[in-house]
Amino acid sequence: MSQSDDLVCRPVLRAEGLSKQYGPVTVLSEVTLDILPGEIHAIIGENGAGKSTFMRLLSGYAEPTAGTVSLAGEEVTFLKPEQAQKAGIVLVHQEILLADGLTVAENLFLGRELMRRGLADDRTMRRLAAEKLSELGCLVSPNALVRDISLADRQLVQIARALLDDYKLVIFDEPTAVLTGEEVERLLGIILQLKDQGAAVLYISHRLDEVQRFADKVTVLRDGKMVGTFPGHTLSQMEMARLMVGRDLAALYPEKSGELIGEVILSVQNLAVPGYAKDISFKAHKGEILGFAGMIGAGRTEVFEGIMGLRPATGTVELNGRTLDVRSPRAGMDAGIGYLTEDRKGKGLLLQERLAPNLTLSALGRFHPGLLMHRRREQTALVDAVDEYDIRLKSFGVNAGQLSGGNQQKLLLAKVLLTNPSVVVIDEPTRGIDIANKAQIYSFIQRLVGEGKACIVISSEMQELIGVCDRILVMREGRITGEVAGDTMTEHNIALLAAGGATATADQGGRP
Amino acid sequence: MTVITGSTPVKPGREWNIGWTDIGPFLALLALLLIGFMVNPDFLSTTNLGNVITRSAFIAIIAVGATFVISSGGLDLSVGSMAAFITGITIMFMNTLAPGFGTWAIPAGMVVAIAAGLLCGLLNGLIVTIGKIEPFIATLGTMGIFRALITYMTDGGTIPIDRSLREAYRPVYFGSFVGIPIPILISIVVAAVASLILYKMKYGRRCAAVGANEDVARYSGISIVRTRTIAYVIQGVCVAIAAICYIPRLGAATPTTGLLWELQVITSVVIGGTALRGGKGHIWGTMAGAVILELIANLMVLSNFVSEYLVSGVQGVIIIIAMLIQRFSK
Repeated sequence: MSQSDDLVCRPVLRAEGLSKQYGPVTVLSEVTLDILPGEIHAIIGENGAGKSTFMRLLSGYAEPTAGTVSLAGEEVTFLKPEQAQKAGIVLVHQEILLADGLTVAENLFLGRELMRRGLADDRTMRRLAAEKLSELGCLVSPNALVRDISLADRQLVQIARALLDDYKLVIFDEPTAVLTGEEVERLLGIILQLKDQGAAVLYISHRLDEVQRFADKVTVLRDGKMVGTFPGHTLSQMEMARLMVGRDLAALYPEKSGELIGEVILSVQNLAVPGYAKDISFKAHKGEILGFAGMIGAGRTEVFEGIMGLRPATGTVELNGRTLDVRSPRAGMDAGIGYLTEDRKGKGLLLQERLAPNLTLSALGRFHPGLLMHRRREQTALVDAVDEYDIRLKSFGVNAGQLSGGNQQKLLLAKVLLTNPSVVVIDEPTRGIDIANKAQIYSFIQRLVGEGKACIVISSEMQELIGVCDRILVMREGRITGEVAGDTMTEHNIALLAAGGATATADQGGRP
Repeated sequence: MTVITGSTPVKPGREWNIGWTDIGPFLALLALLLIGFMVNPDFLSTTNLGNVITRSAFIAIIAVGATFVISSGGLDLSVGSMAAFITGITIMFMNTLAPGFGTWAIPAGMVVAIAAGLLCGLLNGLIVTIGKIEPFIATLGTMGIFRALITYMTDGGTIPIDRSLREAYRPVYFGSFVGIPIPILISIVVAAVASLILYKMKYGRRCAAVGANEDVARYSGISIVRTRTIAYVIQGVCVAIAAICYIPRLGAATPTTGLLWELQVITSVVIGGTALRGGKGHIWGTMAGAVILELIANLMVLSNFVSEYLVSGVQGVIIIIAMLIQRFSK
């Protein structure tokens, strides 16, 4: 993708006064920016700030109500994503949009299959797919079914798919949201590679640390308006957060109050979840925030799904001194364990359903005094939850799917807490949530342990764990490889344990 | 975005938020009645309407049960054969009892019918939930089994109900109470009880949750197996009730009883506004759907424009239109 020299300083793409209205609602107004070749341009902003809209306008998924887009100095209008793609603007979606049942190569060429004498030319497509994937450092076979490869590899396949055609501008929409440590590094490497080849990269992310590390320019959006474009290295993360929110944020993480920690509530011994985890033993205390770190696939989620009865598991689980025999999620809830799934949209909430039925779904027993449901009691519970967890909504009649990510998470938290658990397990508490809501979620976690509950936080964001937890257990390949607390609680130590440093490997042979 | 805080008073009652899916079936019903009146004024006569709705009662009752199954994310193709099978068992049981117990054989037979329906539904449910077989395949299998059983029981012919019971049983289909035919009353009662279960009870919430998103239901501590199985049991009981009403109509069980009812039942549910992939069920929409199907058939017989041989064709067009409306009204 080398550019001829005289073009280097001309912007690949220029947006001028770009605006979008849906009916009377302005979601984006007057955004103007230039994207130069060989530049990584990050767009940051809270949920609803207009990042996605901006991206959709550039890539032909929506049409601007005002303003223009020029490509290499020429004004263009895209009515369809295909037109933008032809012009060299490709979009890597946040969600994985691949057909599970097809092979990697078939997915790469889906909808633009190469033909030879009227038949699909599978051989060439497989060869090209293998080439493209190895360029990206992805080693999966072009013949592998997408359903059999890891999430990180799917992400790479998706990127390969976007990069198959000629491109001048590559837009990444929160590409690292589902990735962890090493996988993120690999992806960032790919982005830098694109930059070196002279392509322009538009990078939308929630992870301010990434943005700070490698963005050449940062454009901040707030409430659909441009706050400004800044050179990347001049902004600290706190400054970015302040620009996004428009006011000074109190410290993101609440003060830890370690002295609240009391006796053991949950004690797990020799838990095994076939296929996922083995020899899991740990204790959680009253008033304690216990973190679980590790890479995706380390088995953290599966351990707690095993404890909750969501998947088969063996071992001893004691809660408040009582041994549990949890065979079903219902039994787990009744015993006093609450689990917030990492997959809020797929497993946590009924997106097409109203808020009240969502809120009470796990605790229906509390809302039918007789044979029939008590609707007024449900409404009252909803009003209380909206108040207590600061759930922002347009009206009480909206569906759960119409709430923003952060507010969905708050609703899910309220839903799980209706079952009155003494141990609350939160899996990826702030995935895909903007910074203001993050801070709130952390303060809710702090409040829970203040009430004498134990809280277990599973997260792939090490900073989050370090900021929130009193103690962190690290898992790797289905085992707990170590514990960090106090002074040893550093990203370095966690990464070492998660990736399998020398000491951790030695431990595996014989028991310590 | 306006922020509503807890201090805002919320109306405790239900919120009326009616979409096309909710009123669509009733508007269609109304339109159909209007067209019928224009085609032939006799169409709206009490006698004609009474007959039509009475005939639709079986399908309506079974379709109410199907609303549960479909709402919970399942499907039941066996309802037609099951109805025939239960009809056969019930008649045979009544006939055996008739010489000794006289007309007491009738209520006893009804109890047997309900029990048989319950068991047939349970069988379907367990194959689907415990056996983890696709509902389509599982009930395709039991559909064949029930149909074979009734053919075997009747030896390919008919089992007529005992002459001594005929008079006493007759009113269940042909009788009326305060001017309303008994089958219509029964179907209304069934629908009323069903909507109580589906909309006002804990089970209804679970049913819709399981159908809308199995994972969310599971993570919310709801037993998928139990919820789905109960839906099939409810379906079985509804089939039994329909069979009880149906017996006096022909006075016999035959291998062709209830043939292709499953298609009419599924059509009624779908044009009633319940999505075939599961989720919220629409009991009264289903009732309207069943009546619409029968009205169309009746309308075609009464009018001279379209041959009545095309009835299924028109019903097919209706279901496609209903689905298109559901798709584009979002």
